[in-house]
Amino acid sequence: MRLRPPRNTPDERAVAWWRTQWLLVTAVPVVVLAVLGGLLEPARTWLLAGAGALAAVGLGCAAFFPRWWFRVHRWEVTDEAVYVRTGFFRQEWRIAPMSRIQTVDTVRGPLEQAFRLATVTVTTASAKGAVTLTGLDHRLAADLAERLTLITRDTPGDAT
Amino acid sequence: MTGGPDGGADWRRLEPRTALVTGAAGAGVAAGGAVPAFLGLTGPMGAGGALLLVAAGFLLLAVGGAAIESVRCHRTRYRVGDERVELHARLFVLERRRSLPRDRIRSVDLTAHLLLRLLGLVKVRIGTGESTGGAESTLELHAVSRAEGERLRRELLNRALGPDATARHDGELAVLDPSWIRYAPVSFIAPLLGGAAIGGVMQVSEWFGVQGEVIDRAGDLFRTTPVVWIVLTLTAAALLAGVVGALALWVEMWWNFRLEREPGGTLRVRRGLLTARSLSVEERRLRGVELVEPLGVRLFGAARMDAVATGLAQGADDRHGTHRSLLPAVPRAVADGVAARVLREPVSPTGAPLTPHPRAARARRLRWAVGAALLPVVPLAVLGAALDVRALLYAAGATALVLVPSAVALALDAYRGLGHGLAGGYLVARSGTVRRSTVALQRGGVIGWTLRQSYVQRRAGLLTLTATTAAGAGAYDVHDADESEGLRFAAAAVPGLLEPFLEPAE
Repeated sequence: MRLRPPRNTPDERAVAWWRTQWLLVTAVPVVVLAVLGGLLEPARTWLLAGAGALAAVGLGCAAFFPRWWFRVHRWEVTDEAVYVRTGFFRQEWRIAPMSRIQTVDTVRGPLEQAFRLATVTVTTASAKGAVTLTGLDHRLAADLAERLTLITRDTPGDAT
Repeated sequence: MTGGPDGGADWRRLEPRTALVTGAAGAGVAAGGAVPAFLGLTGPMGAGGALLLVAAGFLLLAVGGAAIESVRCHRTRYRVGDERVELHARLFVLERRRSLPRDRIRSVDLTAHLLLRLLGLVKVRIGTGESTGGAESTLELHAVSRAEGERLRRELLNRALGPDATARHDGELAVLDPSWIRYAPVSFIAPLLGGAAIGGVMQVSEWFGVQGEVIDRAGDLFRTTPVVWIVLTLTAAALLAGVVGALALWVEMWWNFRLEREPGGTLRVRRGLLTARSLSVEERRLRGVELVEPLGVRLFGAARMDAVATGLAQGADDRHGTHRSLLPAVPRAVADGVAARVLREPVSPTGAPLTPHPRAARARRLRWAVGAALLPVVPLAVLGAALDVRALLYAAGATALVLVPSAVALALDAYRGLGHGLAGGYLVARSGTVRRSTVALQRGGVIGWTLRQSYVQRRAGLLTLTATTAAGAGAYDVHDADESEGLRFAAAAVPGLLEPFLEPAE
């Protein structure tokens, strides 16, 4: 017996979003190092070499990880439950039944807005049971959040 | 201030006598600080000036504290309406209102330390089931008279009292057996208290500027004895102090302990010698119990019992889990019996036979244990070899000889402790060696599953299952279960939740 993978992948644009994140995160220290290298004559070689190495690592990560994440992140929402799989070396499956959902949050950061993506977080009454669906198309996320909210509202009791 | 949506209910004030308590506590603190302050100030200011300054500080703390507290009591009002409990405080410029819906109230706890008890007062803490809330979800009345506290507790918790409620009253579930005190010295607190005692002696001697003298005196005492004896004597003294401290703490915490079930389905724990505590848990908030066996206590065949309930306050004073404790360390059979009565089961699910975990789980534990034990050994050995220092090599050998066998013993014990199973309406999971915990969680209380598998676990066919719940710690783990069997177990525990996502392995 084993768990089957959830049916849906994140949106194709999530790859570009993750890539941009990697590039931005690497760009900041690389630019700082390069500027310092331009200004400081004696340490120029070392600073520029450092900037180059960092840029190479960042580009490598940006090329590799987003594709990889796109392959391992999966999600699915059925009538009974929300089901999410993440990770590869530490694989994690999270399942929250519809009847126990308490809040549905949709978050769109500035980058996500640029890529028309959204992240939906579903929490239950447990402090440790939150389920996060990343990299969804923003319209799909809005529909999903609305559907989940309706179900939550119609569920009697306080879901504990 | 009458009328309003909750009309009828009157605003009440806190007990003005609370000011006396604060004044007395301030005086106590001032008196404690007065002696060292006086000694310290005599040097630069002379005895007269020092006395004046200390007396002024004393008055400021005692009278000032009482005055501020008196204003606070006077300006704080509360009322219990049909729908809400409200608190309204106006302190100088600060105004605070807090209201809790009555149907959200899950616990009403009364505590009274010695001073409050002498004046017949109690502190009331009303809590809701919000798991997010810190201060927002509790309402504290500091302090009201004991009779008023009891009235509030009954009124707020007995709202669900139906016609058949009296039938549910079956009184006392457990009372203190003074012989249980034998488990107090073997708890983890004893060595900690011993260390604290030595630290305390040093600190106090430093206040009086005689720390050097104390060390010299101790040195004199041992001048003619070998080092080994000094270490042994000091350890023994610290342990003795720790044991005495642990016994005293146990008496203070658990004296007059009573666990009872009240009409309306409320579990109530009353305990405490100096500080009297009364903790109430609504039974319909109870999702199970957890038997906790710390290593020392377990060696003597005893276990403690905690409640797994939603909406128990998890404030600063709950760091040691004492708030959730339903039972101190007692013989295991007694704990099982009380657990059965608390859960209204003929036999306690915590005593049910459990499915053991695969041998691969044992191998993982052995690897971790030996790895952790070798962590201090390897640097010692490498340094010793590199610098060619015999002593370091000997130290490495000795450390390995002590650490590796004990780590292996702990790992084997940890593996023996692993287990999970279903017992009637309960999911039972056991794990841990230093703190072995057996949790029995109502299957209906499971509100989701988290399953984790690292790369190593996947290769070994193991899986860690986590049942999330609104109660207690929020999630309870089944570590390193067999993959297929664990999934079947999780699917059976909460029917309908996991099945759609399972497929037969190829």
